[in-house]
Amino acid sequence: MSSLLLLASAETPDLSMFDPVSPSAKSIRDLSILVMIITGLIFLVVEAVLCYCLLRFRRSTPGGNEPPQIYGSQPIEIAWSVAPALIVFMLVLITTRTLWEVNTDLPKPRADDRALFVTVVGHQWWWEYIYESHDGRKLGFTTSNELHIPVGDDTARPVYLTLKSSDVCHSFWVPRLAGKTDLIPGRTNHTWFQTARPGLYLGQCAEYCGCQHANMLIRVVAEPIEDFERWLDHQQQPAVVEADLHVAQGAFLSQSCINCHRVRGTTAAGTFGPDLTHLMSRQTLASGMIPNTPENLRAWLVNPQNIKAGCLMPAFGLNKHDLDQIVDYLLVLR
Amino acid sequence: MNNARLETIPANLIRSLPLPPPVALERGLSPAQWGMISFLVSEVALFSTLIVVYLTFRGSDLSGPTPAILSRTLVFCTTFCLIASSVTIHFAVKSLSCGERSAFLRWWTASILLGLVFLAGTAYEWRELIVIHDLTIGRNLFGSTYYTLVGFHALHVTAGVVLMLTVLGLTLNRLVSFSNRAGVALVSWYWHFVDCVWLVVFAVVYLA
Amino acid sequence: MAVVEQEPVLLRAYQFTPEPDSASWSAVLHICVMTVDHKKIGIMYVIMALVFLVIGGIEALLIRFQLLFPRNNLIGPETFNGLFTMHGTTMVFFVGMPILIGIGNYLVPLMIGARDMAFPRLNAFGFWATLFGGLLLYFCFVTGGAPTMGWFAYAPLTEHTFARSAATDFWALGLAVSGFGTLTAGINFIATILAMRAPGMTLRKIPFFVWTMLWTAVLILFAIPPLTVALTMILLDRNLGTHFFDVQNGGSAFLWQHLFWFFGHPEVYILILPVFGMVSEVIPVFSRKVLFGYEFMAAATAAIAFISLGVWAHHMYAVGMSRVVDLYFAAASLVVSIPTGIKLFNWLATMYGGRIILASPMLFAVGFLSMFLIGGLTGIMLAVVPFDLQLTDSYFVVGHFHWVLIGGTLFGTFAGIHYWYPKVTGRMLSERLASWQFWLLYVGFILTFGPMHVAGFLGMPRRIYTYDAGLGWDFWNQVTTIGAIIQVPSYAILVFNLITSLWKGQPAGDNPWHAWTLEWATTSPPPAYNFETIPTVHSRRPLWDLSHPDDPDWKYE
Repeated sequence: MSSLLLLASAETPDLSMFDPVSPSAKSIRDLSILVMIITGLIFLVVEAVLCYCLLRFRRSTPGGNEPPQIYGSQPIEIAWSVAPALIVFMLVLITTRTLWEVNTDLPKPRADDRALFVTVVGHQWWWEYIYESHDGRKLGFTTSNELHIPVGDDTARPVYLTLKSSDVCHSFWVPRLAGKTDLIPGRTNHTWFQTARPGLYLGQCAEYCGCQHANMLIRVVAEPIEDFERWLDHQQQPAVVEADLHVAQGAFLSQSCINCHRVRGTTAAGTFGPDLTHLMSRQTLASGMIPNTPENLRAWLVNPQNIKAGCLMPAFGLNKHDLDQIVDYLLVLR
Repeated sequence: MNNARLETIPANLIRSLPLPPPVALERGLSPAQWGMISFLVSEVALFSTLIVVYLTFRGSDLSGPTPAILSRTLVFCTTFCLIASSVTIHFAVKSLSCGERSAFLRWWTASILLGLVFLAGTAYEWRELIVIHDLTIGRNLFGSTYYTLVGFHALHVTAGVVLMLTVLGLTLNRLVSFSNRAGVALVSWYWHFVDCVWLVVFAVVYLA
Repeated sequence: MAVVEQEPVLLRAYQFTPEPDSASWSAVLHICVMTVDHKKIGIMYVIMALVFLVIGGIEALLIRFQLLFPRNNLIGPETFNGLFTMHGTTMVFFVGMPILIGIGNYLVPLMIGARDMAFPRLNAFGFWATLFGGLLLYFCFVTGGAPTMGWFAYAPLTEHTFARSAATDFWALGLAVSGFGTLTAGINFIATILAMRAPGMTLRKIPFFVWTMLWTAVLILFAIPPLTVALTMILLDRNLGTHFFDVQNGGSAFLWQHLFWFFGHPEVYILILPVFGMVSEVIPVFSRKVLFGYEFMAAATAAIAFISLGVWAHHMYAVGMSRVVDLYFAAASLVVSIPTGIKLFNWLATMYGGRIILASPMLFAVGFLSMFLIGGLTGIMLAVVPFDLQLTDSYFVVGHFHWVLIGGTLFGTFAGIHYWYPKVTGRMLSERLASWQFWLLYVGFILTFGPMHVAGFLGMPRRIYTYDAGLGWDFWNQVTTIGAIIQVPSYAILVFNLITSLWKGQPAGDNPWHAWTLEWATTSPPPAYNFETIPTVHSRRPLWDLSHPDDPDWKYE
């Protein structure tokens, strides 16, 4: 874990689509540069003609004879209709090529497919990740706001995301990994990416989804396969609590926390909010907004609205004792 | 000099100037006719959208009534009335163009009555749907789309009946006569359009 | 024929009672409410649009101040979301459309030699419906805050579950009512243009602006009704419990996107076609040359109007349509660039070999040419599906459509306003103020919207009320805000110039620009009846024929 944090901090945050780390983002980048060169040339030519006209034909004083009136010319018109048409034809062709590279169909999980399948559910304003299968092994645990993926080494390790929404439209966008795909209630979409570079890849919801749209941040942690396997094993475990914290656990379970949150291995089985089973293994709170420190966790519990105004978790007005107990309990959910 | 007016040019020069070809008078539709046509085009867009919405949701309900509950017998009758009213309004306009006031009044009143029968039929149908089948606009998607589509059409029929009643009132007060035939014809265009839309709605909702 | 009008213009324009000096405010108001004159209604449309422009501009400034620093706390998320919703709605529906419809209202009858629009009372109704729609929209502030679902209001954000206040109802009602007004305006334009042209003015001889207004009106006929239906569905969902967009009960979030963009994309062309028309009037006059390739320009306009009805889903590449559908919409969208290119080339060809005079209208027209080109080219980038998957809903898109709507629509409209102001008021605008306005706008505009493209490339999504430091976005957002501040004096100068020139401006005379279309054949401002005698027309440039009787246009058309 600590090596991972080091890795993450070494990488300066970068969301540029021109710095791709996955094949689909790379082919989009290449296409984009080509399109920008084409449009850039058109820009230069047309603006040059415009400037030439202005410099050459500008007269500072009105009056004088009218210039020759030219009503038009069919050959010229045809010429400058055909030329753009050819460019358009070329653009359609290169669009087709890249489109078929980028948008592929979702395969079915197979044994030893070296692929990770995750279902992503968008919520107002956080992400739920349901790990379906890896390498053909069924997983079936849920985590949130931090997507861990394995990096491929000699062979690729693709990640297939199935995208759903539980409320309004969202859009999954990690620019360095792939273009956007919307999460639309009542529909199932999918996207994919793969990378050979370990690191933290940032993104965020790109379809306006209400009040806290700006703070629906995505963190994708790409780690070497050993680290990833270790993380997987850990996440699949239910929450383990030492004996001396049973009172604290009781305090948590007696509050309304459990109506919305789940802690596997306890009676807390809510699904409206993020799964808390391994809360402290995540780097951030509030969907990537603030670092996951004990102080921040406490401040969040005191009043989430102070941190993420409008979010769907209300302030429960916990007394100091309950608050201490619950924080203590949550801190052991590693 | 750029703006030299014709009057400032010496007369002998004017004679040597090229003469423009004579202007032929254009014969086309009147502004009112173009206005009605473009209004009806926008109505086509309106009803197309409504029908697309209806078709989008057709058969997507998991609970509640389905189109199978609709009574075709009743609707066949009301549809017949609406088609008949298109025929009668056609004869009404024809009579007015011939200056036959009483014939116009007869045909026109018949059209209004047929329109009213249609509306009454719709009202009865809706009552049955609500009371017997418990199909309200909020019940399920069929209810939502059905009442919206048929309701928008019924609203147009109502508007048409109001228009025709207005014309009838004006005629009885001798404010509409042969000289107003163009305007009256426009009302009939609208009415024909509403009838045509109904045929499509009928096919989509009741026959499909 | 020409008697230069000396009296202050507003009084003149609103002259109703025999004695002009009795025009008190209440009398002016009375005339405004009662008038069915297309010129007065046109002026009212433009004034209304300018008022809403100021309101929408203030909203934009607040948005920019909030984004000046990362994690800025100037305004909260709810307010921010309300501001960009109102900004977008206001600018599209209550600035863009009314200002163009207003200018069209004023000019179309004059340009085709008619005494008024085909249906003057309907025309007045259209204006009042539009204004009432705007007031309904802003009435939401009285009922507890602005709607917060963005101007394209993606379902199910408009459902009662997600938008509890009445603001969304007022939004939908306001747009439906103003849409009804717009529709009547469209009907009116079609009837006027098709049936009320002066003798001899065949459809092949109408001024180019009139031609573009005709196609704008056609687009209005096709685009507004689907929006009306969709808005009705929102209102029914919220108030009668229907399930159109109620996803939990089988409704479709997807349907709204299709319906909205089926309206929304033609809407973009409703906002740009009349501007093409205005620029096509200004460039020839200030290049002293006839418009190059009128027929091809006309065909290109029709082509744009037709194609624009079939490209709507290029706003929806990321929603997961099939690749084939994506490709169709990409190809159709790219094809639009062909007729648009034809227009651009024809404008340049009109300037080429001319005698260009960079008076204020031409200055704005050239600004339009240079900037609209960029908006068009970024549009090509967005049409390319994979590129768009990165760019859509990012700040790049925000930069792109502002580039089109300000660099295109607004610059072109300002060209038109500077060009026809002398006709409307009888006075010239101050050229000095106009060039200040132009350069401040030009620089401010580029500084505002240029960096947005970069922020989009760097991964900044649109509609976020705040962002983290250190993502490389801070600098670009700060430049954007500075650019927005530079634009402010530009609009102030415009308003100042428009008002003070009413009495300070040089008397204009009938035809200060030596232009060639019919509106310049009558007095400035034109009398209520427009023309003493309806002129007979032989060519596209009747006043050219008049001033060049030896070499008239009709010989070449």
